[in-house]
Amino acid sequence: MAFEKDLNIDATELRLGLPGTSEESEKQTSPSLRPNKRALPDMNEESVSSDSNVTAAIKKSDQETAPPTKAQVVGWPPIRSYRKNCLQQKKTEAEIAGIYVKVSMDGAPYLRKIDLKVYKGYPELLKALEDMFKFKVGEYSEREGYNGSEFVPTYEDKDGDWMLVGDVPWEMFTNSCKRLRIMKGSEAKGLGCVV
Amino acid sequence: MESSELKGGKDSQISDELSELRMESSELKKAKDSPISDESNRRSSFPDEVLERVISLLNSHRDRSSVSLVCKDWYNMERWSRTHIFIGNCYSVSPEIVARRFPKIRSLTLKGKPRFSDFNLVPQNWGADVHAWLVVFAAKYPFLEELRLKRMTISDASLEFLALSFPNFKALSLLSCDGFSTNGLAAIATHCKNLTELDIHENDIDDKGGGWLSCFPESFTSLEVLNFANMTSDINFDALERLISRCKSVRVLKVNRSISLEQLQRLLANAPQLTELGTGSFTQELAQRQYEELESAFNNCKNIHTLSGLWEVKGLYLPALYPVSTHLTFLNLSYAVLQSDELAKLLVHCPQLRRLWVLDTVEDKGLEAVGSNCPLLEELRVFPADPFDEEIVHGVTEAGFVAVSYGCPRLHYVLYFCRQMTNAAVATVVQNCPDFTHFRLCIMTPGQPDYLTNEPMDEAFGAVVKTCTKLQRLSVSGYLTDLTFEYIGTYAKNLETLSVAFAGSSDWGMQCVLGGCPKLRKLEIRDCPFGNAALLSGLEKYESMRSLWMSACNVTMNGCRLLAREMPRLNVEVMKEEGSDDDGRADKVYVYRSIAGQRRDAPSSVLTL
Repeated sequence: MAFEKDLNIDATELRLGLPGTSEESEKQTSPSLRPNKRALPDMNEESVSSDSNVTAAIKKSDQETAPPTKAQVVGWPPIRSYRKNCLQQKKTEAEIAGIYVKVSMDGAPYLRKIDLKVYKGYPELLKALEDMFKFKVGEYSEREGYNGSEFVPTYEDKDGDWMLVGDVPWEMFTNSCKRLRIMKGSEAKGLGCVV
Repeated sequence: MESSELKGGKDSQISDELSELRMESSELKKAKDSPISDESNRRSSFPDEVLERVISLLNSHRDRSSVSLVCKDWYNMERWSRTHIFIGNCYSVSPEIVARRFPKIRSLTLKGKPRFSDFNLVPQNWGADVHAWLVVFAAKYPFLEELRLKRMTISDASLEFLALSFPNFKALSLLSCDGFSTNGLAAIATHCKNLTELDIHENDIDDKGGGWLSCFPESFTSLEVLNFANMTSDINFDALERLISRCKSVRVLKVNRSISLEQLQRLLANAPQLTELGTGSFTQELAQRQYEELESAFNNCKNIHTLSGLWEVKGLYLPALYPVSTHLTFLNLSYAVLQSDELAKLLVHCPQLRRLWVLDTVEDKGLEAVGSNCPLLEELRVFPADPFDEEIVHGVTEAGFVAVSYGCPRLHYVLYFCRQMTNAAVATVVQNCPDFTHFRLCIMTPGQPDYLTNEPMDEAFGAVVKTCTKLQRLSVSGYLTDLTFEYIGTYAKNLETLSVAFAGSSDWGMQCVLGGCPKLRKLEIRDCPFGNAALLSGLEKYESMRSLWMSACNVTMNGCRLLAREMPRLNVEVMKEEGSDDDGRADKVYVYRSIAGQRRDAPSSVLTL
């Protein structure tokens, strides 16, 4: 069965901080004193691909406690145009060639990205996830889901439903998986069996 | 030529031509009339021929500059024997002045736009067009042999003009330039009968196809250096193969991604004398026999010390490189997506490495392998594979940096892109490697503090400048207060180049640097709270520097006007943004010394005050 569509948004929120840091002690990474800035217009539309030049409109304010800009600043990080264009090209090519999905784990501050095409089946995939996030997944059974671990690998499919990894044949999985999420603890309980 | 500096090595960091070119003015006369000149006359009653011979052996620009300031005789002997001229800012001097002083130039190195143009901070039509130089040189130096340009604009018409005007032309090197297409390269290939070097590296080139390479005539055999690694179009492989086999002196060959492994093997079979190789695409389904042939080809190349390329590398085929790896001193993997274990396996075979460039896909584990296997390492550059995607974590952390420093005590050049860093880690690194001359650390999120203590990164850079007394170049990042700049001004007595972004608390920071770093030549600043007071505190200083760049700071038009008025020998240029109201802010300011006066080719968006 599809799981709760009501995801605990906070648990999947991108935060900066060590794994296990609670939300209350979430750290601001920038000082209250920010350099005065203003919007930097895009000077060179032709030479830069659209992906990377969203200008940051950073407000002038002495009380500014803005989080690090998620929008991108012109010319930052300082990488030569040539190299930047190369990377964009590589990314596009890779995305065409592979099946890249983001993987998040509850409690981990950063996402990872993997190419599903690289794996031949669930055992390989699960092993890779275990290595990547340093956890152990439980024993899988069709009836009971994952037993023996507080971590449960789930994925969001094309329809927006959250499914347990392993329930559908591998091919169907790679074709429909949009992103992976390794749930933890109480969330994981009650994900029960999938019919 | 993989280094991001033009060839000329140390020479390119030498002080600018301005100090010697100032002899054009009354100083010349003073030297002649002063009592000192009697002494110097006595000293140079040394036969002229001997003196000339000695001076002609000098290569360093600094040495030549010093020599030319001794007295008029020495000045003249120096200027008549100089064959290579390096100009760090094409607008600091005019081609006419150069031609008047140095009659025998055969090699020219010119740098144009401010460095931040590499990051799209300079408008497209800003200037630095080389054509005016070529026109003067065609008349004054018809025997010109070498032209090396960095951040200049050069058109196809200029390339053709170059190819037709200089019958002895031998070496063309274009790095980070723009304005030309492959048609210009075709003109060079067609007309330069004595060409030895064609080095086209990381330019904004309009790649219209690979036909240019087929323009080298069948009679052409003098090629020694060919680098077209960063060009995208397919070239005619047969033409390349024939070219390489008839040019027996080829020692540097860097091909582009269109060249497959099988084709690479054929090229290597024809050129076992290569010293520098840039491979093409390192992925292809190879049969066992083909793989063995590749390995054998590498085995025959006993002289390769520099390796790059490795586009789309398949870890599986890296062992083919092992025969070459043992004598590699420079390995550029900055376009090769390698994982940590793949790198580790390769590095076991690279004990002689001095310079290593990698992508951060190798992660900290990969850097641990660097520390374990490359004790002679002097230079490390770690580039980000995914710099613009903040959600994804790849990359290296402070742990990798520290691991390298333990294993590589000779490290003196680092460029490190990361997403997290600590003060303690940097302090450890410089304790292990106190000989840094170039320390460029880029914490990719602007204004990010020490991620463990949440403190500013002031102490990190404090440790760098206190410990590394030979430091010449520094790039800072992270959350920094004025304290960082106090440290820099107090301790960085050999610092020549400083890059600052999203840092500092007040004018005081910049004032510390301007007041404290006696050897400062290039200062580039963006997005910092430095204003007019800071700008104007450097009045006296800017004439001893090559240039100052300030963008998105708190400098106003009035401040710039004041600077321009007080210092007539400086060019103060302000780049105006499209459609910005004249609210008095000077968003992008570029200040440089010049004996050529205001430039006359500035576009309308650039205001010279």
